[in-house]
Amino acid sequence: MEIMEGSRAVAEAVKACRPNVIAAYPITPQTHIVEEIARMVADGELASEYVRVDSEHSAMSVCVGASATGARTYTATTSQGMALMHEVLFNAAGLRLPIVMTAANRSLSAPINIWNDQQDTVSERDSGWIQLYAEDTQEASDMIIQAYKIAEDHDILLPVMVGMDGFILTHVHEPVELCPQEKVDDFLPSYDPAYYLTPKNPLSFGTIVYPSTYTEFRYMIHEAMKRAERKIIDVASDFRDKFGRHYGGLIDTYEAEDAEVLIMAMGSVIGTAKDAVDELRSDGKKVGIVKVRCYRPFPAEAISEAVKNAKAIAVLDKNISLGYEGALYTDVKSALYNENGPLALGFILGLGGRDITKNTIKSIAEKAQKAIKSGRVEKDSEFVDVGVL
Amino acid sequence: MKLSIGAMVEPGSTRTNKTGSWRTFKPIIDVEACIGCGTCSMFCPEGTIYKVADKYTIDYDYCKGCGICAHECPVKAIEMVMEEE
Repeated sequence: MEIMEGSRAVAEAVKACRPNVIAAYPITPQTHIVEEIARMVADGELASEYVRVDSEHSAMSVCVGASATGARTYTATTSQGMALMHEVLFNAAGLRLPIVMTAANRSLSAPINIWNDQQDTVSERDSGWIQLYAEDTQEASDMIIQAYKIAEDHDILLPVMVGMDGFILTHVHEPVELCPQEKVDDFLPSYDPAYYLTPKNPLSFGTIVYPSTYTEFRYMIHEAMKRAERKIIDVASDFRDKFGRHYGGLIDTYEAEDAEVLIMAMGSVIGTAKDAVDELRSDGKKVGIVKVRCYRPFPAEAISEAVKNAKAIAVLDKNISLGYEGALYTDVKSALYNENGPLALGFILGLGGRDITKNTIKSIAEKAQKAIKSGRVEKDSEFVDVGVL
Repeated sequence: MKLSIGAMVEPGSTRTNKTGSWRTFKPIIDVEACIGCGTCSMFCPEGTIYKVADKYTIDYDYCKGCGICAHECPVKAIEMVMEEE
């Protein structure tokens, strides 16, 4: 175990996966990841083609082209860079290319803000990328290895983005255990593409399809997404057998068994919530946590199973679908619609890097308890501590 | 129907995927007026105009009817005619 920056922990995991091609454009707070990988390539520690592109649109395009030739590819981005990749993200998924990308989660402009929330990845929800969210730097690092294993499976063949909260995880120094190279080689053999571009066997990828078959291609992506649910769970347990660490499958729970109130969220805020729950528990309050590790495919079944005995759930969203509510909140409610489930409260918080403290979590738990007592939800979705006068 | 993953096909798919039906206006070459300069052929974005003897002819299986040939023809020998006419 070694103390290192989150970005380096991710770069080391990428290196251990031996990608053939890396294409990246620097953007805060992703920069340290790709800088470290560039150093590894320059110093001869990593035998990869490192393409310094002119934009994120190009970075993803290079990954698409390289992946189509059967190369294992990696990139990382955030915020405006993710937005610039938008159209290529849909192509990567539609072409069924198992590209792996770290998303150093950050807010979107305007106004410009370089700090953490999850608007960038949540806005790419429907692109066909599998979306995983890490709680700490160890998980962000380990998830890269898991991501390739999931993406490259011939039953799946979909790209995976691993969300790690910008600054909160990318720039924090924590003890991390790196996976030994020979164990990673054993866990993740080199990429064996189902189809690839080669002059020996000419193929066209992503040719035009007519109204008569477009729906079928979308259906096939969707079915692969559904199969990924099982795969994500299996890869997580295979990873535990090999490396001894487990973070849950699609979701994870904490103090959830007898909980009346369940707090639900994605990413690093889970760590803060665990501390808050420990304190609430010592005051005798039955509060627990459901950590959503996989946002797409959406684990509707796992979530409804996890919350079935709770009286209220409080969903924390570091994003907002402007004009409605937090995206996770909408999805969770929809998963529970026919289930006669617990009361649900939604909270928009932590936008643009605003801290979410233990006290914030505690006051949210208190609101949920109040709703249980009165039997009704006063405010369906609300901003936490909003200061507009 | 068996479909490939990622809409992958072997070369030559354009032979069966004809695009002529996309056309609204059809270019008609007046062979009498045509001076055989080849300007239409060079400007055609789809490469559907070919030289046959000294004159030019259009492959209507793939011509999408954009009208660039008619616009560029120096002797105005190409007329765009509504498809159903």
